[in-house]
Amino acid sequence: MLKVKDLHAYYGKSHILQGVNFHVGEGEIVSLLGRNGVGRSTTVKTVMGEVAPQGSIQFKGEEIAGKKSFEIAHLGLGYVPENRDIFPSLSVRQNLVLGMKSTKPHGRWNIEEMFRMFPNLGERADIHGGVLSGGEQQMLCMCRTLMGDPDMIMIDEPTEGLAPKIVEQLAVLLQEIANRGVSILLVEQKLSIALKISRRVYVMGHGKIVYEGSPDSLLEADDVRAEWLEV
Amino acid sequence: MLEVLIFATLNGLVTGFLLFMLASGLTLIFSMMGVLNFAHASFYMLGAYAAYSLSLYFGFWTGLIFAPLIVGALGAVVERYGLRRVHQSGHVAELVFTFGLAFLIEEAVQFFWGRDTKNYQTPELLDFALFTLLGQEFSAYRGFMIAISIGIFIALYYVLTKSRVGIIIQAAITHPQTVANLGHNVPLIFMGVFGVGTALAGLAGVIAGPVLTTFPGMATVLGSIVFVIVVIGGLGSLAGAFIASLLIGLLQSYAIASDVGMPDLLNLLGVSFDRSHPLNDLWTISLPQIAPLLPFLLLVLVLIFRPTGLMGKREE
Repeated sequence: MLKVKDLHAYYGKSHILQGVNFHVGEGEIVSLLGRNGVGRSTTVKTVMGEVAPQGSIQFKGEEIAGKKSFEIAHLGLGYVPENRDIFPSLSVRQNLVLGMKSTKPHGRWNIEEMFRMFPNLGERADIHGGVLSGGEQQMLCMCRTLMGDPDMIMIDEPTEGLAPKIVEQLAVLLQEIANRGVSILLVEQKLSIALKISRRVYVMGHGKIVYEGSPDSLLEADDVRAEWLEV
Repeated sequence: MLEVLIFATLNGLVTGFLLFMLASGLTLIFSMMGVLNFAHASFYMLGAYAAYSLSLYFGFWTGLIFAPLIVGALGAVVERYGLRRVHQSGHVAELVFTFGLAFLIEEAVQFFWGRDTKNYQTPELLDFALFTLLGQEFSAYRGFMIAISIGIFIALYYVLTKSRVGIIIQAAITHPQTVANLGHNVPLIFMGVFGVGTALAGLAGVIAGPVLTTFPGMATVLGSIVFVIVVIGGLGSLAGAFIASLLIGLLQSYAIASDVGMPDLLNLLGVSFDRSHPLNDLWTISLPQIAPLLPFLLLVLVLIFRPTGLMGKREE
C-alpha cells in the first residue's frame, strides 16, 4: 500500500528525516514509535505533501513524492493530524461533510453510520465542533477523514490527552477500520495501544528507522526500548 | 415629514445593499489573502463600463448578465497569474500589487473608454415610477436595485452557511492545509472566491452605473467608503460588513434628506452669532453638506472606541 524509501526532509537548514525506510501493507495496522522530536510527525507530514520530500514515496504503486496534499488525498491516503484541527465554528455534521471529497455517496462510510458508531457525536450533530471534549474531537477528526473513503489513514498521536477509557474505545475503532480493509499507520509515543493493535512496529530515532519488528519482539527487546523509547 | 423618512430609508437601503455587494467580496478576499485588495473598487468600475459597452449593442439585460461574468473571469485570472505569485513575497508585495492594479485598471478604462462620463441608461422596462407617496415618486429601477441586492445577499448567505461549498470555503479560510489534506483543491477554491468576489463588485457596478454615473473616477468615489465599511464592520467579518453597509447607507441618506444644520443647534442652545464673523461658514453649515464626511467620522470613532470594528475579533 505505502512504500517509503530513503526519505529525507528539511526544515530550513535542519536535516530532520535522514533516510527513512518503511512500508505498510493492505489492511495492516503499523505503528511508528519514538520519543518526541525524532521525526515521526515530520515523516507523515512529508508523506502527505506538507513538507517537501527527497526520496521515494509510493502509494498503491504510484510515486506521490512531490504531489500536492489534495492530490495525495484523492489517491486514497487520509491523514489525522496531531492537533486534530476541528473547525470550531462548524457543527459536527458540517465537519463530517467537509471530509467528503464529493457529494456522491461513498462505499465504506456515511454520516449516519458514523453517528451509530459514535452516539456521542450523533447526539451533538448540530453543535459546534469547538465545544466537544478532547476525546470527542479526536473521534470526529478520525470520522471526518474516513468520510473521504481512504484506503489508508495516517494517525498522528491520537491518544494524546485522552482518558484511558477513551483510548480503549479508540483501539476498538482502529481495529474496526482495519477490518474494513483500510490500512493504518499509527504514530504513537505510548506503547500500550500500539503493541495491542499493531501487526508490525517501527521505532524511530534521530530521523531514521532504528528498529523494525513485531509487537512481541519489541516487548522482548529491552535494549531497544531502553535506548529509543523509555524516558 | 413621513414621506421624507420613508424615501430616505428606501434610498439608504439602496445605497447600503449596493455597498454590501462590494464589501462582501472585499471581506471574503481579505479573509483569504490577509490583505485588503485595493483594486476591488476598480472591478466595480470595470463592471459598469463593460455593461455600458454591452448595452450599446445588446441592451441592458445582456450587460447585466455578462458584464459580472467577464469581470469575475478577469478577477480569477488576476488571482491565478498575479496575486498567487506575488503572495510568495509576502503581504506588503500583495498590497503594492493591488495598488498598482487599481491604477492600471483606471488608466486602461480611460484609454479604452475615454475620460468623459458615459451615457449609461436604465432600461426602458424599468423606466417608470414604482409607487408615488405623498407626491414623491420612487423609481422602479431603484426597487430593482434593492431586489437584486437582497437576492444576492440571500444567495451569498445560503451558499456560505448552508452549502457544502460554503463549508469548504469557511474552513479553507482558517485551516487551508487541513482542508487540502481532506482532498480539496484550496488554490482553486481561493481563485473561485476571488472570481466571485470581483464578479459581485462588477454586478454592483452594472446596477449602480446608470444611477451613480459611469465615469473614470467612480472607483475612487465608492472605493474609499467600501474600505471604511470593512474596517467599521470588523476586518474579515461578513456580518459586520452587512451591518456597516446598511448603517452607512442609511446614515448618509438621512443626513442628505434632513434640513437641519449648525444654526438649528445653536438656536437650540440659545447661542447667537454674528453673520459677519470670519467663521460664518462654519456656523451656517448644514447636515446635508457634511453627509459625505459622516462615514469617515464614524470610522475615526470606531477606531478610537472599538478598534476591532463592530464584529471583528482581536488577533491572537
